[in-house]
Amino acid sequence: MTKVFVHEVEKLKKRILTLSSQVEENVALAVKALVSRDADLAKKVIASDTEIDRQEVEVEEEALKILALYQPVAMDLRFLTAVLKINNDLERIGDLAANIAKRARRICKVPEVVIPPELDQMAVKAREMVHNSLTAFVNLDANLANQVREADDEVDDLCKVVSDFVAAVGQKDPEHLSTYLKMLLAARNLERIGDHATNIAEDVVYLIDGVIVRHQSLDEED
Amino acid sequence: MNAEIKMKQATRFAGQKENVLSRRAHVKAEDFSVFYGNFEAVKQVRCEFAEGLVTSMIGPSGCGKSTLLRAINRMNDLIPSCRAGGTMTFDGEDIYRKDIDVVSLRMRVGMVFQKPNVFPKSIYDNIAYGPRLQGISNRNQLDGIVESSLKQAAIWDEVKDRLNTNALGMSGGQQQRLCLARALAVKPEILLMDEPTSALDPKATAKIEDLIGQLRGQYTIIIVTHNMQQAARVSDLTAFMYEGTLVEFGETRQIFTRPQQKQTEDYITGRFG
Repeated sequence: MTKVFVHEVEKLKKRILTLSSQVEENVALAVKALVSRDADLAKKVIASDTEIDRQEVEVEEEALKILALYQPVAMDLRFLTAVLKINNDLERIGDLAANIAKRARRICKVPEVVIPPELDQMAVKAREMVHNSLTAFVNLDANLANQVREADDEVDDLCKVVSDFVAAVGQKDPEHLSTYLKMLLAARNLERIGDHATNIAEDVVYLIDGVIVRHQSLDEED
Repeated sequence: MNAEIKMKQATRFAGQKENVLSRRAHVKAEDFSVFYGNFEAVKQVRCEFAEGLVTSMIGPSGCGKSTLLRAINRMNDLIPSCRAGGTMTFDGEDIYRKDIDVVSLRMRVGMVFQKPNVFPKSIYDNIAYGPRLQGISNRNQLDGIVESSLKQAAIWDEVKDRLNTNALGMSGGQQQRLCLARALAVKPEILLMDEPTSALDPKATAKIEDLIGQLRGQYTIIIVTHNMQQAARVSDLTAFMYEGTLVEFGETRQIFTRPQQKQTEDYITGRFG
């Protein structure tokens, strides 16, 4: 393909990497706002989501332009389809971060309640998954992508623990039930972030090996 | 009442394809080489062209793909310094055997070239030329062949009212479809196409590509093309050749999404050289 094509692809790569770092940062800040009860920070995260949405549209337009003008095949085609799908997941992760920030804002307004350590662990794990899935994308690292896919179960398990905690504490302390439910919703958002990171990891595997690994566990592939 | 509602099970899904690699080989090359003097243009190629499917051959200029194509109906015999090695079989018979009648071979293996090469005769006579050589002289029979061939080549409606006008007055796209009709008139089993649309505009190209789709199944079609998207669009199988060697041969959708050889990847993504 021509130098122009290579240049266009490089440009697209830069755009999606900018978007991914912004998304990663928003996840981190949203969690921080929730844990440290920082309403201003939460507000900032919510506001910056429109910027993520704008960037997502730009990446999509660029990718579609390249598909239409250069009709790429093989690795180039896999790269562009991966970009389109990852772009989608990043935008959703951005939305979920904004949702967490919204819960954080509300939680800030009510008296403090006990936050189970598992919620913290979930936040760390989900952020790590997002980070690793994007690193796997940048470095074309299938091993790292597969580690992300494995980690998804851990986040799901932690979410279950938080859910059980809320169920139990809600009976003992019904006065603060609404706060606990907001916390549970935040946990659920983190769990969804893990799912989107897994999607990204699966797209990375497709990009590298050309094999669609969705809807199957790692054991099945072996 | 607990009536169980069962959804009808889908047996075929969109995009689900038969295993094209398991089709019977119609033409088979085994360690097949073609030499121009001392130069080995096709180097010990091994491949099978499946019956009723479309196979495209791609590769840079001078890679031997046209030479290999022309070897299938022994067109290369016309070049004095050219000779073949290894075997090329058609329906199990070695077509380079001494007692093979080349004329009857070429009737079974039709060919369409890059530039339309209509005869300076009427449209009717262009189509009737081959059948007449085969000894058919009955006017009704010839009329039938002319009509069915032109219909198969999707040009009947455009020319039915001017069958006796000179074929050279047709547009390039029409001439190419006429050539295709002429090739079909002698009822071949295999159609070889050497860059059949490189001289045509996108609309005429689309017509030829549609035709290839319609003829698929009835004929074994082998097409040489420089247009990679065309290979991807029309063929079931793709062969990639480089410097006389068959580098990769496989299902078209596999070749264009995840080629196995680096050379193939480099060529189809345009990173060659």
